[in-house]
Amino acid sequence: MKEITIDATDMHYTPLNKLIRQAIREGVTHITLKNIMGQRFIGDGLTGEVKISVYGVPGGDLGMLMKGPSIEVFGNAEHAPGNTMDEGRIIIHGSSGDATAHSMRGGEVFVRDDIGYRGGIHMKQYMQKRPALIIGGDAKAFLGEYMAGGLVIMFRRNEDKPYAEMGLASGIHGGEIFIRGEVEEWTLGIGASARPVTVDEKVTLDRYIKEFSEVFDLDPNPLLKASYTRIAPVSARPFAGKYTWE
Amino acid sequence: MIIGSRPTKFLVSIDKNQCMLCGRCVDNCPYGTFRMDSDRVIINSRNCVACHRCISQCPRDAIMITERPCDYRSHPVWTNNIRENIFKQAESGKILLGGMGNAGDYPIIFDKLVLDACQVTNPSIDPLREPMELRTYIGKKPKQLKFSHNAQGDLDLVTELTPNLKLETPIMIGHMSYGAISLNAQKAMARAVSEIGSFMGTGEGGLHEGLYPYQNSMIVQVASGRFGVDVNYLNRGAAIEIKIGQGAKPGIGGHLPGEKVCADVSCTRMIPEGSDAISPAPHHDIYSIEDLKQLVLSLKEATEWRKPVFVKIAAVHNVAAIAAGIARSGADAVVIDGFRGGTGAAPTVFRDHVGIPIEAAIASVDAKLRKQGIRNEVSIIASGGIRQSADVAKIICLGADSVYIGTAALIAMGCRVCGTCYRGLCSWGIATQRPELVSRLNPDEAYINVKNLIDAWTDELAELMGAAGINSIESLRGNRDRLRGYLLDQTMLDILDVNPIGA
Repeated sequence: MKEITIDATDMHYTPLNKLIRQAIREGVTHITLKNIMGQRFIGDGLTGEVKISVYGVPGGDLGMLMKGPSIEVFGNAEHAPGNTMDEGRIIIHGSSGDATAHSMRGGEVFVRDDIGYRGGIHMKQYMQKRPALIIGGDAKAFLGEYMAGGLVIMFRRNEDKPYAEMGLASGIHGGEIFIRGEVEEWTLGIGASARPVTVDEKVTLDRYIKEFSEVFDLDPNPLLKASYTRIAPVSARPFAGKYTWE
Repeated sequence: MIIGSRPTKFLVSIDKNQCMLCGRCVDNCPYGTFRMDSDRVIINSRNCVACHRCISQCPRDAIMITERPCDYRSHPVWTNNIRENIFKQAESGKILLGGMGNAGDYPIIFDKLVLDACQVTNPSIDPLREPMELRTYIGKKPKQLKFSHNAQGDLDLVTELTPNLKLETPIMIGHMSYGAISLNAQKAMARAVSEIGSFMGTGEGGLHEGLYPYQNSMIVQVASGRFGVDVNYLNRGAAIEIKIGQGAKPGIGGHLPGEKVCADVSCTRMIPEGSDAISPAPHHDIYSIEDLKQLVLSLKEATEWRKPVFVKIAAVHNVAAIAAGIARSGADAVVIDGFRGGTGAAPTVFRDHVGIPIEAAIASVDAKLRKQGIRNEVSIIASGGIRQSADVAKIICLGADSVYIGTAALIAMGCRVCGTCYRGLCSWGIATQRPELVSRLNPDEAYINVKNLIDAWTDELAELMGAAGINSIESLRGNRDRLRGYLLDQTMLDILDVNPIGA
């Protein structure tokens, strides 16, 4: 394994991404980025098999359009990590901002703590590509809005009251959302329905619980024992009945 | 309550003396207007949409289609369309959808503008003899150029240039997605622009493998649904266009109905077969001009700053101020789509009532950018309702760098503007995904029609320029002195910055 460390102090994102791309061309498989402070677009459009460890707070659109690499952030992330991401993995040891996993089409995003508004908005899936957003903490409103596919799991590790943020999965027409505990009925947006998870669904869920716990070195048992709510679309065509022809 | 039947929109008749019962009308009509009986063709006029496919295929000119054969009691306020729309909404309680562009009865500003020509004092130029420069570069232009002396005593360019698209004619084809139109239609247009040295848009439907041979002439679109968008797609295109809005339906998103999402469309859009493809109204990572800048820069960063990035907006009231924001966002071109822009389907209330015409929008955008000293930061592409070469010349005089055509290119392939695109049964093989209909459009033949149209307009443009004593498109751009308004009111003349005829 070939490794390098890049000190990003006072460095703009374009030269930083150039250094990352150059390192990958030279066969580096593990890149450590030190002193990251708000640089946007880290790993944007990056392809290949490489592990990037980020120390500090990356700016918006971390791993946007990324196809393959795996990014681990030791800190919080700004808005829209995993935006339109294709393949690979983003692990955030902290919280992330709005539109986390926006339009994501493949790969996995793990956030240990909370995410902002519009998480998982318009995620989609196709054939074997099924993106997953796993949230350890809580999410603000409009989680999974317009979702067309993929998987969102939210553990709400520090919260036992029913989930109460508006616009949950409004316009959802594909994919599914699992939330630990209960969800208040009024939170559900147009086109979304909620029910307790089935035994089969729990099996899938358990796999992600174990993965999440391993990634963040947490005890999986409380999550394994908990009960979950599944939010899914009422129809794959939520707007089909809205129109008539001239 | 039952409102009952309304008069048929069209009356189809067959001249029995001419008809030879060949049955081509029966075979060609996907709407079920004709049925063959033992000794005659039976007609169901109610099914007719006036696509004229039957007329085009009838060997004996036996078919006649009449519009609105049955009158309502005439009334200037409560028109036939108004009454029928009320019937439909009273029955359904739903939003009305329609195809094609704005059907509202608005005056067309293009038709109230006239072009100039030279007489005596400044001779006109003969394009047959003199070179005419129609080549157009789309993208940022530096404010100034810096040079340095090198050891050989020569000059080196110090200013870093940003990538531009090189067009051999200022006419491009706008974004019509695979899904909205067929792959054969896209292939025909793509081959045409690639032979001409121009470009066309993919729309928000991804880039089908069948178009890879023309990818250097394709502008790939990133819209709010992000359908078909991955790094491979972005790298294949010659440029990237962020679609914020569309002239036919400003302010709203798009819904490709599940029935149009066949296996191949599902593959390029990267969504499951039969699922609705829903593009939300806003991009949910763009809630401000700063966010737009971030998307522009993220696309540049993802493609290592090799591709120009365009931003397309619908022409709305504040278009000039919005365009000024876009010019500062890092974008290389701003596309303004006027309220006559076409569409496969749009709520008619938006199609006919929201937005402003392209002529006024381009004039005010150009003026605003010049006033702020940032006209060089972006090229201006005008789109929506460009019908003929004269419109191209006029809109360039009003400040556009180039145009997108859409409906005109479809008409070149047979489209009769029947406005029934949303049915997915296009008899010309354009706005359909049904294999038996798509196969009617042979891209290897249709591309010649599209190419002919753009070639002809380009020739006419050269002639118009020559007549005006102008030998370079650069000198036509924003040249309002070559336009005069014919019976336009003073406020409109002020907006366009054009003098009236005789002045």
